[in-house]
Amino acid sequence: MKEFGYTVHKERLIDYDRNDKRVLNHLKKHEPSVLTCIACGSCTATCSAGQLVDFNIRLVQTLLRRGEIEPLKKEVRKCMLCGKCILICPRGVNMRNLILAIQTAIDKLQ
Amino acid sequence: MTRTTVIIGGGVAGMTAASRLADLGEQVILLEREEQVGGHLRNWDRLFPNRRPGYEVLNYLTEELGSKVDIRCLQTVTTIFSGERDFQLQLASGKSLRCDALLLATGFDLFDARRKEEYGYAIYDNVITSAELEELFRSGAPITTRQGKVPKRVGFVHCVGSRDEKAGNLYCSKVCCVTGVKQAIEIKELFPEAEVFGFYMDLRMFDRHFEEMYYEAQQKWDINFLRGRVSECAENQDQSIVLKIEDTLTSRPLKMTVDLLVLLVGFVPSPETLRLAAMLDLPVGEDRFLEPADEHTKSTLTVKPGVFLAGAVKGPFSISNAIADAGTAALQIHAYLKTL
Ligand code: SF4
Ligand code: SF4
Ligand code: SF4
Repeated sequence: MKEFGYTVHKERLIDYDRNDKRVLNHLKKHEPSVLTCIACGSCTATCSAGQLVDFNIRLVQTLLRRGEIEPLKKEVRKCMLCGKCILICPRGVNMRNLILAIQTAIDKLQ
Repeated sequence: MTRTTVIIGGGVAGMTAASRLADLGEQVILLEREEQVGGHLRNWDRLFPNRRPGYEVLNYLTEELGSKVDIRCLQTVTTIFSGERDFQLQLASGKSLRCDALLLATGFDLFDARRKEEYGYAIYDNVITSAELEELFRSGAPITTRQGKVPKRVGFVHCVGSRDEKAGNLYCSKVCCVTGVKQAIEIKELFPEAEVFGFYMDLRMFDRHFEEMYYEAQQKWDINFLRGRVSECAENQDQSIVLKIEDTLTSRPLKMTVDLLVLLVGFVPSPETLRLAAMLDLPVGEDRFLEPADEHTKSTLTVKPGVFLAGAVKGPFSISNAIADAGTAALQIHAYLKTL
């Protein structure tokens, strides 16, 4: 492996051993439907905000699960809370409450 | 005294169980609601994974039945009385039957695609179901759009009515993935110039030769698989279909126009099965399929002595699995009858 150059660029890496799971833990308690997402992307495809700006609600959930909090801070502000994504989700994830709960959790951290 | 088994449902599972029981020396009456036995298999052109004609299997099952089974078509059971150790069946024809064992093999229905209104089935001209495509293949009629155009781009939507809380079905229908890959290859066979897409979330190639078929679909036929669930469709002025999806692998929303959109509809429990189950007080699962006495060890028995289950009354089944399951049911019925 040494010759192969097994170096890791920290800034490129999702460090699953170190990432901050506090927001995720808050969500597990306050919007547990987040656990059931199957990453199908229906929400993103149908999202009202996503038609206008670079916003991916499915990806928000993936980032959340990986403990990637920094990008979340910016992303959650883009949601218009219209609820269209909730209508389509095959797993019944409550995205509106998810967004609000992420915001609450982030506020708590600061 | 002769012991009699009544099998309700003359599809793949019912036909197989009937033959096996007759082989074991049991007297069998096979009740079928339609004019002929064969069930859904009668509507299928070619079967996965080897794309052999469906009629080959149907003919085999029919020949096997031969004259050793008393087949009664156009029969509906109206009432079942459970006795101490036997059953009395009242038929819509006015006749009644007595039996010692009862096998429910009433199978499944296909999901009604109209319930996923966002896909536009029965609203837009060029949205069809996988079952309808199969009928088209079987009829040998030229496959075109409703406007008579040769399709240049065809999309297959996975998980229609399955894995979907909004449709009330959380389960996976198991065989629609492989059906979608099979039909995609068949479209390419007919139209080598066409672009074919499968919109999937997970490709569940669970059985032998399935994954190889998926490989063939990519390597030999250049079929595209795009990971995401189609969220909604609309019709263009030329009756082509424009669909919205997230391409979850690039994390970007994507729109695409297709000439023909095929919905891979899943299994749902048939109302007939549920009606009979209610008469017999059989437990029904959360998914509304029937529960066997034990999922692993008594998979064709029920909690009610003398009542047995085979095939898709218990959930989505492939043809080969239904045949295997029906064989097991026959053995377990035979063993039960010997204890009487
Ligand atoms: S509630 Fe937010 S994430 Fe959902 S569709 Fe509306 S804007 Fe998009
Ligand atoms: S629609 Fe639901 S299951 Fe699909 S990616 Fe969005 S949240 Fe997850
Ligand atoms: S077999 Fe495939 S298409 Fe069918 S429900 Fe399961 S995942 Fe969806």
